[in-house]
Amino acid sequence: MLEVKNIETLYGLVMALRGVSLKLEEGKITAILGANGAGKSTIIKTIMGMIEDQPDKGTILLDDKTIAHKDTEWIVRQGLAYVPEGRQVFDELTVQENLMMGAYTRRGPTVRQDLTRVYGLFPRLSERARQLAGTLSGGEQQMLAMGRALMMRPRIMFLDEPSLGLSPLLVREIFATIARINQEDGTTILLVEQNAAMALGVCHHGYVMENGRFVLAGTPAELLADEDVREFYLGIKSEVSVKGFQRYKRKKRWR
Amino acid sequence: MFFQLIASGVAIGATYALMALAMVIIYKTSEVLNFAQGDMAMLSAFIAFMLLTSQGLGFATAFALALAFAFFLGAFLEFAFLRRAKEPTVLGLIIITLGLEMVIYGLASWKWGGDQKDFPFPVSDFETYNLGGGVVMSQLNLVTLAVALALMLMLFLFFSYTKVGVAMKATQQNESAARLMGIRVNRVLMLTWGISSVVGAAAAFLIAPTDTLDPNLMWTPQLKGFSAAVLGGMTSLPGAVGGGFLLGVIENLFGGYVSVEFKSVVAFAVIVLVLCFKPSGLFAKHYVRKV
Repeated sequence: MLEVKNIETLYGLVMALRGVSLKLEEGKITAILGANGAGKSTIIKTIMGMIEDQPDKGTILLDDKTIAHKDTEWIVRQGLAYVPEGRQVFDELTVQENLMMGAYTRRGPTVRQDLTRVYGLFPRLSERARQLAGTLSGGEQQMLAMGRALMMRPRIMFLDEPSLGLSPLLVREIFATIARINQEDGTTILLVEQNAAMALGVCHHGYVMENGRFVLAGTPAELLADEDVREFYLGIKSEVSVKGFQRYKRKKRWR
Repeated sequence: MFFQLIASGVAIGATYALMALAMVIIYKTSEVLNFAQGDMAMLSAFIAFMLLTSQGLGFATAFALALAFAFFLGAFLEFAFLRRAKEPTVLGLIIITLGLEMVIYGLASWKWGGDQKDFPFPVSDFETYNLGGGVVMSQLNLVTLAVALALMLMLFLFFSYTKVGVAMKATQQNESAARLMGIRVNRVLMLTWGISSVVGAAAAFLIAPTDTLDPNLMWTPQLKGFSAAVLGGMTSLPGAVGGGFLLGVIENLFGGYVSVEFKSVVAFAVIVLVLCFKPSGLFAKHYVRKV
């Protein structure tokens, strides 16, 4: 499966990833939590070869073969699909055309089957099959971006902030679908999220990221039990003064 | 008189529409205005001329080969020059096309000379048909119109129903997302240039018999095509077609009723007016992005 070893990624002179190692387990959901600018998306973009000449150091192995410094188009054909942050659907193509673009590298009757399956997963998309993608709501565009990635029949699917800008109800629906895709197709999923509660609810393994490094890793149960995660990611305050207001701010302990 | 002017305007407009289409196809993918468009077409017309006269090939073979040449010429120019630009800006790429224009012009002048030649064509400009209502169209006009319409229909079908055509549109809209679909963006760009060059060459084959063949052949049609494209909003293929026909008709009406001397100025007046009053073009039905 996919293994990332000690990668360092630079944006010009700024170091966004400071030595990140990560191993995806086949058929499991892995989540990366972290605040804005922690470097979560950069990990995926580096793996997908979307940042030119990066990673600066380190290796990315898919089935023990290196895929670092290859073209995005080539990496996609190895069965890696990326649902980008901010959906990135093709605004002026219809919903169905968008989905068919997901199957661009494939041919044959299985494509039709997958189209029916995606419409089954997201019935809202089938109602709007002939509509231009740009006219969809944010939630529908997220579904479309996920459906489009599913049309590739990926081995590994990267999801970048699928909850961004969606209503709580819709977020729950999207995460339920993510779990379903993982169970039914056995797709390995790497999830990048700020919504820690939702992400820890579906994943099998989680990492916490800060300033371009992983600071904590473990099963969701371990992470949920961690005091720092509870306070800084789940917003559950643990220390309250006798008078009922917070007297000091807790410091994170992992640095 | 009025209907006659409109009819011949439509016939002329068909060639403008083709040139406009050729420019828009490239502009849409890369926002590059291809100033070499006209001369690429001119070179293809010279190739057809050479195949017809010195090689003595039949019309069908000669034109097919020249169109194939046009396709490879467009793809080659993209591959060999535009893609080589390091950290390209739109302006830089436009300057490259200007350079290409001069190189091609120079090559054609050197190989075939600047003198005016007769371009052999299977249909005549002098054989006319009376279409009723006092409207007379030459055989050439009718063929021009038919070929142009057929090409437009083919382009429409290609962009709407083929996987590659839709992938080209997808690349135009969001290049990085297109890469994520596994679309080889560089190949799409090359193909874009090839197709655009073929459309331009078809226009040149239709224009050459009305005029004489020399290296300046496509200079005016390119400018007309450009104004037609602006009229249609620069990014819309149906807009370019509509703009081309409209420009042909406006120009002819102006020539017929106002002044023949200033007929060719109309195109530029149209550019200025459109840019002043409706910069998005008359036919732009652009989807407005949600902010």
